[in-house]
Amino acid sequence: MSPELIRLLVQATLDTLTMVALAASLGTVFGLPLGIFLATSRRGELLAAPFVNAVLGFVVNATRSTPFIILVVAIIPFTRLIAGTSIGTLAATVPLTVAATPFIARLIEAAIREVDQGLVEAARAFGASPFQIIGKVLIPEALPGIVLGLTLAVVSLLGFSAMVGAVGGGGLGDLGIRYGYQRFRPEMMLAVVVVLIVLVQAVQTLGEALARRLNRRIRHA
Amino acid sequence: MSTAAMAGRAASTTEPLIRFENVSKTYAPRRNGAAVAALHGVDLSVQAGSVLGVIGRSGAGKSTLIRLINGLERPSSGRVLLGDAEISALRERDLRAVRARVGMIFQHFNLLSARSAADNIALPLEIAGWTRAAIRARVTELLRLVGLADQAGRYPAELSGGQKQRIGIARALATGPDVLLSDEATSALDPETTRSILALLRRINRDLGLTIVLITHEMSVIRAVADRVAVIEHGAIVEEGPVFDVFTRPESEVTRSLLVGEMGLSLPPALAARLGDAAHPGATVVLRIAFGDATADTAILARLARETGIDAAILAGTVDEIGGRPFGALTIALPPGPDVEARARACLATHGIESERLGYLPQAREAFRVA
Repeated sequence: MSPELIRLLVQATLDTLTMVALAASLGTVFGLPLGIFLATSRRGELLAAPFVNAVLGFVVNATRSTPFIILVVAIIPFTRLIAGTSIGTLAATVPLTVAATPFIARLIEAAIREVDQGLVEAARAFGASPFQIIGKVLIPEALPGIVLGLTLAVVSLLGFSAMVGAVGGGGLGDLGIRYGYQRFRPEMMLAVVVVLIVLVQAVQTLGEALARRLNRRIRHA
Repeated sequence: MSTAAMAGRAASTTEPLIRFENVSKTYAPRRNGAAVAALHGVDLSVQAGSVLGVIGRSGAGKSTLIRLINGLERPSSGRVLLGDAEISALRERDLRAVRARVGMIFQHFNLLSARSAADNIALPLEIAGWTRAAIRARVTELLRLVGLADQAGRYPAELSGGQKQRIGIARALATGPDVLLSDEATSALDPETTRSILALLRRINRDLGLTIVLITHEMSVIRAVADRVAVIEHGAIVEEGPVFDVFTRPESEVTRSLLVGEMGLSLPPALAARLGDAAHPGATVVLRIAFGDATADTAILARLARETGIDAAILAGTVDEIGGRPFGALTIALPPGPDVEARARACLATHGIESERLGYLPQAREAFRVA
């Protein structure tokens, strides 16, 4: 590959990492409270609000069932409102975040629902408020599951980010399509795929190692 | 000192610390089902500083009963009082303050897996807003109390069941409660560990003056720690009284069946199968006799033989202690004969020993064939 193509590959990798990191961070910022609420607001639960739970649950499902490429196009006015433009890497972060938030929320909800209800009862018996129960029991106990969920979300975002080339998002997927496919440069296509494989492996390995360290339910030698 | 403690201690002889007044609890019906009545018309009181054991089969309502005391469950009707606080009338927010005065331990320990032993004990203190230094000092003291000072940094996954329950007990005692609720705390433990945990509970009751309410399905647990016992069946208290009295003179069928095995009430199966109600000539009468404090050291079978000439055979029995008081129960067979039963029971009665006819064996036992 020519130095020019290598420069393009490095730039695309940085763009992808920027988009994914931003979308994953913002998705967590919005998804964490949403997931916690979804996990604790059904009838009889800590923050019981069955109606709000049902409404949010519907919105989350609706967002998740919209194909990502359609979501990207459909929310262009919203993207323009937030980012000032609908074109470019930064603008592409907006639909990525919108897709990531409900996904992350569901993963966090699932991790929190895995926490033994006996622990919640014990905390209640010691006089804990709902927010103390969330902060001192549910989140710490669900943390290994939450970390695995976020790992899965980051890997999925790497995949989603390939599609934002459609709105001039840049990144590895865009490079692969434009140079590798449209300009018949199979070596570029291959390079993009290899970089993506390396990224996914790295994220998965790191996530699993972190989750294992956090998991005190198993004995640590 | 809390209001609950003051109310309890100031008037410990007259005013109970915990009171249930005509308490009923009905759970909302499930789909296609009827409403489930967990408790109905429960009246119960617990004196400060005493240990009450509540026993019943699974589904009898024990769990609901114990959870009404710290407001984890609310009664459908009736009142639950702790000292002068009406638990059943408090809002969730006000209940939180009361709960700091009521510790609780659980069958499956319910320790946080992400926290070390010391940090688990610290949880109720963090919730109560203690300072970090005060928490550290208190946790050290509690670890020593339960004999696990060297395990502070271990995680629950690294501890044995007995150690986990000790941490659970330390956690429950952290805020210095007046009452300890024990929800089947030894049901997941082996017999030896159970004994050591029960001994710890007894010591806590004695040394700290803590009132304990424990639920269990095992009479041996009641016998090891409780002062009084309440037997619960289908959501109602069927029998309540001092452990010795209930064990030696059970009034209800439920109590008897729970006591089987524990108190030498069970007959060898082959014998039980042959035991009938029909009294016919030549049948052997089977009696259950019980002796307590005053009569425990009477050589009763020897006296029976000497005074009436009736030779009794022992079929089953136990001689033991309950709360330090001697107790014995024997199942004996009397030889056939027209007035043997009447004479034997009269003789037993003169020595202050109660007897009860369990039934008849159709044939005389081998032992009596020769006689």
